[in-house]
Amino acid sequence: MAIKETMTVNMGPQHPSTHGVLQLILELDGETVVKAVPHVGFLHRGVEKLTEYRSYHKALPLTDRLDYLAPMSNNLGYVLAVEKLLGITDAIPQRAKVIRVMMAEVTRIKSHLVWLATHALDIGAMTVFLYCFREREMIMDLYEKISGARMTSNYFRVGGLSLDLPAGFEQDVKAFIDSMPGHIETYEGLLSGNAIWKRRTIGVGHISAADAIDIGLTGPALRCSGVDWDLRRDNPYSGYEEYDFKVITREKGDTYDRYTARLDEMRESCKIIQQCLDRLEDGPILADVPWVCLPPKKDVLNSIEALIHQFKIVTEGFKPEPGEIYQGIEAPKGELGYYMISDGSANPYRMKVRPPSFVNLQALPQMIEGALLADVIATIGTLDIVLGEIDR
Amino acid sequence: MSQAVVAKLKQEYPAAVVDVVEHRGETTVTVQKEDIVAVCTYLKNEAGYNFLCDLCGVDYLGIEPRFMVVYNLYNIATKERLRVKAAVAEQSCCIDTVSGVWATANWHERECWDMFGIRFNNHPDLRRILMPADWVGHPLRKDYPLQGPDRQPYQGRLS
Repeated sequence: MAIKETMTVNMGPQHPSTHGVLQLILELDGETVVKAVPHVGFLHRGVEKLTEYRSYHKALPLTDRLDYLAPMSNNLGYVLAVEKLLGITDAIPQRAKVIRVMMAEVTRIKSHLVWLATHALDIGAMTVFLYCFREREMIMDLYEKISGARMTSNYFRVGGLSLDLPAGFEQDVKAFIDSMPGHIETYEGLLSGNAIWKRRTIGVGHISAADAIDIGLTGPALRCSGVDWDLRRDNPYSGYEEYDFKVITREKGDTYDRYTARLDEMRESCKIIQQCLDRLEDGPILADVPWVCLPPKKDVLNSIEALIHQFKIVTEGFKPEPGEIYQGIEAPKGELGYYMISDGSANPYRMKVRPPSFVNLQALPQMIEGALLADVIATIGTLDIVLGEIDR
Repeated sequence: MSQAVVAKLKQEYPAAVVDVVEHRGETTVTVQKEDIVAVCTYLKNEAGYNFLCDLCGVDYLGIEPRFMVVYNLYNIATKERLRVKAAVAEQSCCIDTVSGVWATANWHERECWDMFGIRFNNHPDLRRILMPADWVGHPLRKDYPLQGPDRQPYQGRLS
C-alpha cells in the first residue's frame, strides 16, 4: 500500500515572485498544491491609525504609500471621499476633474505595465519586462513634471489640484498615448502567440463568477470571470459618466483572459486620456470653498489676508460635520474604497481603506489548490497584488 | 430604492432594526448584533446585496456600547450601496460571523479581530492577520498608544 505523504514548503516572505513580502505556506503532494495559507502583514505601517492623528490635508501623503504602483488612484479615492464627507463634490471645477481623470488613467496604464512586466518575468518572458519598464519610465517622467516626484505623487488636493499643469505637459501626454498602442502590440506580439506563455496561462488560476463575487474579487480579475461591473461606468465619479469607453470583460476566468483583458484596458485608458486632452479648458483648479482649500501660493506671498488664510488651514484644518461616508473608485487593481467617519473635529475619527489587493489575495488559495506549484507563481502574478496596500 | 429595502427589512425584522440614518445620500442601518446573520442573509438573498465590499470595526471610546462593526454592502444588479452596523459592547466583545453569508468576510473579520479585539463567533479561522501572532493588544483601539507599547510618546508635532 502506497503511503501518501505531503511536504510543507515555505515560500517567501523574501521571494522574487511574491511581489513584495508575502509568505505562503504550501502543502505539496509531489508537485501538486494540497493547501495554501497566505501570511500577510510584514509591511504593516499603521496607515489607518496614523490618519486619526492628522488633519485631512496632512493624511493625504499617507495614501499614495498604500498602492505605490498606482499612487494617484489612491490619492483620487481619498480626496473624493473627503469631498463627499464635506459635501463639496459639486464644487470641484471642471478642469480639476478632467486632469484627475487623465492622471487616474495614466496611473492605470502605469500599474498595468508593472503587472505585465513582473507577471511575464515570473513566467520567464524577460524581454517584456524590459519593454514595459521602458514605457513606465515615460509615465514616471510625466509624474515628475506634474508633481515633482516619480512615485509618491501627492498631486491632488481636497477641493482640486495642488498645481496647474506645467507648460508643454499636454504635448507630452499626447506623445505618450500616441506611442502606447504600438507598444501594446509589441507586448502582444511577444506573448499572445507564444507557446510557452499559452501553456503557462490558459486554464490556469480559474475562478467562476459566483465564486469570484463570493470571495470579493474586484477589478479586471472579476470582469474576466464574466461579471460586467466597473465603478467608472456604474457608480461614476469625477465626471467619468461623460467619457466614452468600453468595459472589458471576458468569460473564461483564467490567467490568459486576465492578460488579454488588461492589455485592452490599457487601450481603453489611452482613449479616455485622449478625450481628457480634448476637454481640457482653461479655468480654476481649486474649488471656491475657502474654508477647505488653500489660497494660491502667489497670494500667500503678497497679501496678509491670504497668509492668515493659509496659516489657519495648515494649522487648524477644516472640520466636516459629523457623519460617515463610503467612496469606492475603480483603481487599477479593483475597487478601492475609503470608509470615513467624522466626529466634527479636524482629524478623521476613523478611516478604513478597502484595498483591492487584500481582498483579491484572499481568493488565491481556492485558485491554486489542486494546481501545480509552478502555477502558484502565475496565479500570484495574475492577481496583481501590491503588499503596500494589503498590509497598509 | 434603498429606502424601500430598509422599509422591507423593518417589516421583516421589526425588533432587529435600531436606527436608520441618511447622510450625503447614503443609508446606514443599525441593527441588533444578535440578528446580524439573519439580517445579512435576508439582504443577500432577498434584497440582492450579493457583494460585501468591506467590513470593519470602529472604536467609540467613552460611549456605551463601545464598538461598532460596519458592513458596507453592494448590489451588483442595481448598483446600490447599503451600510449595516451593529453595536458591540466591551464586556461581551463578540458578534456572529457572516463568513457563511459572504466568504470574503473571512479576512475582513480576522483584521477586525486583530485591530479591535472583537471576536467573531463560529469564524472558521480567527487568527491575527496584520500583526504578528504573538502580539499583545489591538492597535486601532482608541486607547492604544500611537507610538506602540513600551515607548516614549513622540515629542514633536503630529498635526
